[in-house]
Amino acid sequence: MNAIAKSPHQDLQSPVAGSQVIASSERKIWPLTGGVHPEENKHQSTSRPVSVPPLPETLVLPLSQHAGLPADPLIRVGDKVLKGQMIAKASGFVSAALHAPTSGTVTAIENRPIPHASGFYDLCIILETDGQEQWCPLAPVADYRQLSPAELVEKVRDAGISGMGGAGFPTAIKLAPGTAINTLIINGTECEPYITADDMLMREKADAVIQGAEILQYMLGAQECLVGIENNKPEAITAMRRAAAGKNIDIVVFPTIYPSGGEKQLIQILTGQEVPSGKLPADLGMVVQNVGTAVAVKDAIVDGKPLISRITTLTGDALAAPQNVDVLIGTLAQDLLQYAALKTSELSTLVFGGPMMGFSVDRMDIPVIKTSNCLIAATEDEFPAAPDAQACIRCGHCAEACPSSLLPQQLYWHARAENHEQLMHHNLFDCIECGACSFVCPSSIPLVQYYRASKGAIRTQEAKHAKSERSKQRYEDRLARLEQEKTEKEAKRKANAERAAKLKAAKTTEQTESNANAEEDPIQAAIARAKARKAAAAAGNSEPASARQASDRPLSAKQKELKVQLSMAKAQAKKTERALAAAEASAELKGDKGDIEQLKSNLAMLNEQVSKLQQAFDENSQYSASKDSAEKPVKAAKPALSDNEKKRKVELAMAKAALKKAERALAAAVESNNGNTESFKQAVEACQANIKRLETEASEPPAETAITPSADAKPSAKKAKAPLSDEAKKLKIESAMANAAVKKLQRAIANAGEDELDTLKQQLVAAEQKAAELKQGLESLS
Amino acid sequence: MDIVLYAIGALLALALIFGAILGFAAIRFKVEGNPIVDQINEILPQTQCGQCGYPGCRPYAEAIANGDAINKCPPGGQATINTLADLLDVEPEPLDAEHGQESVTKVAFIREAECIGCTKCIQACPVDAILGAAKQMHTVISDECTGCDLCVEPCPVDCIEMRPVDITVRTWSWALPQPNHGKAGLIATDLRGQTV
Repeated sequence: MNAIAKSPHQDLQSPVAGSQVIASSERKIWPLTGGVHPEENKHQSTSRPVSVPPLPETLVLPLSQHAGLPADPLIRVGDKVLKGQMIAKASGFVSAALHAPTSGTVTAIENRPIPHASGFYDLCIILETDGQEQWCPLAPVADYRQLSPAELVEKVRDAGISGMGGAGFPTAIKLAPGTAINTLIINGTECEPYITADDMLMREKADAVIQGAEILQYMLGAQECLVGIENNKPEAITAMRRAAAGKNIDIVVFPTIYPSGGEKQLIQILTGQEVPSGKLPADLGMVVQNVGTAVAVKDAIVDGKPLISRITTLTGDALAAPQNVDVLIGTLAQDLLQYAALKTSELSTLVFGGPMMGFSVDRMDIPVIKTSNCLIAATEDEFPAAPDAQACIRCGHCAEACPSSLLPQQLYWHARAENHEQLMHHNLFDCIECGACSFVCPSSIPLVQYYRASKGAIRTQEAKHAKSERSKQRYEDRLARLEQEKTEKEAKRKANAERAAKLKAAKTTEQTESNANAEEDPIQAAIARAKARKAAAAAGNSEPASARQASDRPLSAKQKELKVQLSMAKAQAKKTERALAAAEASAELKGDKGDIEQLKSNLAMLNEQVSKLQQAFDENSQYSASKDSAEKPVKAAKPALSDNEKKRKVELAMAKAALKKAERALAAAVESNNGNTESFKQAVEACQANIKRLETEASEPPAETAITPSADAKPSAKKAKAPLSDEAKKLKIESAMANAAVKKLQRAIANAGEDELDTLKQQLVAAEQKAAELKQGLESLS
Repeated sequence: MDIVLYAIGALLALALIFGAILGFAAIRFKVEGNPIVDQINEILPQTQCGQCGYPGCRPYAEAIANGDAINKCPPGGQATINTLADLLDVEPEPLDAEHGQESVTKVAFIREAECIGCTKCIQACPVDAILGAAKQMHTVISDECTGCDLCVEPCPVDCIEMRPVDITVRTWSWALPQPNHGKAGLIATDLRGQTV
């Protein structure tokens, strides 16, 4: 909740809007649209000079002290750091680095409460100070004019400077705008009640402010530099005028009105120009920087010191010694309030920032960050609870007070109706949340709260919409991918079928050819049969051996399977249990018991299954354990056996695969002859190739010839005369294909489970045989 | 008499010219498909959860364009129903409880120690937000997860749970103030006829 300082004496009926151009001695200035005059309450904290509180024992440094992405820690817990050392780097373009405010040890990087309206915790670096104040080596620049503006911007970025007026936008980005800048405006307005940090800074460090302004002017290449100060700070004005004497810097004084310190409002007062909706001051050739930022830039360039401290106002009636302090970033509010003599019993609200735009916090272990310009420890009388909101009486004071020329009433109604479209239509995002409307509202409607909430809701919705767009894209991409996979599979399947048909046709021709040399066939067949028998016998022997081997391993495949089954059954039981509970709940209402009985019996069955599986699993593990201990001596001999076994298996596979393939080829050839003349023609061509090869190679016919040849392919055998080079090409392709198949199968074997292994091995052997055959053919051809 | 003929001639000429223009425009600027489907799809939350009874947001958008009810989308909630009602110029209805209840945004979370690497959830995920491979542990890319719930059911070991998305400092926003003047209404004149 923002705490609004509402004086009972405030004349609510006259929100002041300057109507005529006010002439100053040096420069023409323009009036602010709207605006209000809250009670200032600035004198309390200006009576004492800026002091430096004692070094606290612990500093809490949030990683997100600026607008944009949080900084990225560079140190680890336990590291010793020196004063000014960078402990977290900027994690993106819109981000700022963080430096150790003093020397000490990092004791933790953890979530701590941070100064944020939400009251949430965020990641902070916790630094235990050692009291040495030992600086890290600094790199001051003797004459900044020797460096290019870009180099200076880099130094500002490395110094971790972000806007010190309150919004905390990383300064380096504003200093490299990409458009030509004519005017640099230094903001010394400080229009919020209570806050005097900039006032005291200008009083005590006017020279530093001017020096910083000159550096900024050089970096931006701006022709003119204006320093805007409200006329309620005469000491600051005098000091600044003295410091700026003889320099190309104008000190412009204008009447006090809230919120003249807003970036766009200040531009309007000093130049008469309005920043258009949705644009930045840089689009008008202007850059606005806070006086505190100017000093931070001067420290960073001239002294080489990063941003590790700031001037903060400690005020409010609950403090006996309200004052401004030059405080290290990360100092806890409780330490500072202690320093300013807090009267604990009188404290009712602790506010970070000013009374108009700040937020209250409900604890004191919150650190001061780069944007904390004020801490108000207020008493009950000072910030009374907001009175109950009444109905809007349509007086229109809010519209007169609005510095952005918005229509607060319209916005209020649309915000209550959550009509985001209308809110956007009424330029909700031009609202600077200054709170002037709430301040003047005679019905005490917390208008600005409605706008903040609506802005948040709209941003959330936009983020949601962006995510749904992304999801849609991902969903469509996935569908496209699945579709593509499907078509690819289909195409592959087709290609495979075609190739198979071709090969089969070729083989049938082969068989026809070998049929011609029929006298060799029976021998070949006999050899193949004998081999097959032998291999089968060998495989039969080896099978149980391998099975034994499998169960010997500590966690066998069987055990694994059992385990998975067990967990699946358990999950199902759990699910049923839940369903049962739900059903029982609903049954109490309906009086229907049929479902429950069924579910109960299901559950019982499942539980039984679970226990059975558990038993099986336990038994299996026990069995394998006992087996393990019993068969250990035998085990050593087994690997040798498996090699042999493999060879025998391979031999067996060779024969089997050859058989199967020939059968398939036959079937395919018949089919293609019946239905598809085109594919048959192709097959015939392939046949020709094969015949040619068979003619040239004098090798033995392959095992496939043992099968009865197909009569369909016979006629093609006669016209088997084609140029040799073509044959060679075809053979080469086929052989390459065969080789590829071999490789593929090898890979498949490497990945395969135990049960698939045999068939895959068979296939591999057949493929290897084929590849060898083709290679041989190719060699003989060439 | 001539004048009548001229008038008829002029009208005829105009009719021909505009007819030609309209005919050309009808071909040149022909809109493929039903454009309202895209607009409806744009409003739907794209969780692809299928709670509406259709296999994704787009099919539901098509169904709405063909006259189906607009209150079958629990992830979108009342806000989506209102926007759809606005777009289609129909009365907003409350969410159909048959298809589920509106709840906070959730994302799937895999308890990785329990995952057996079966890839069933990967196949179920409509937006490819689950990363993993066969016999390898899976995990959810929470930034891409739509919270559709579709991965929970296929998991054989029940290791997927839906967790509400935490609000952080960066996603937090102010809540609308609770109007404490319920009896007073929006503006003062609403009080007419009542005694305060």
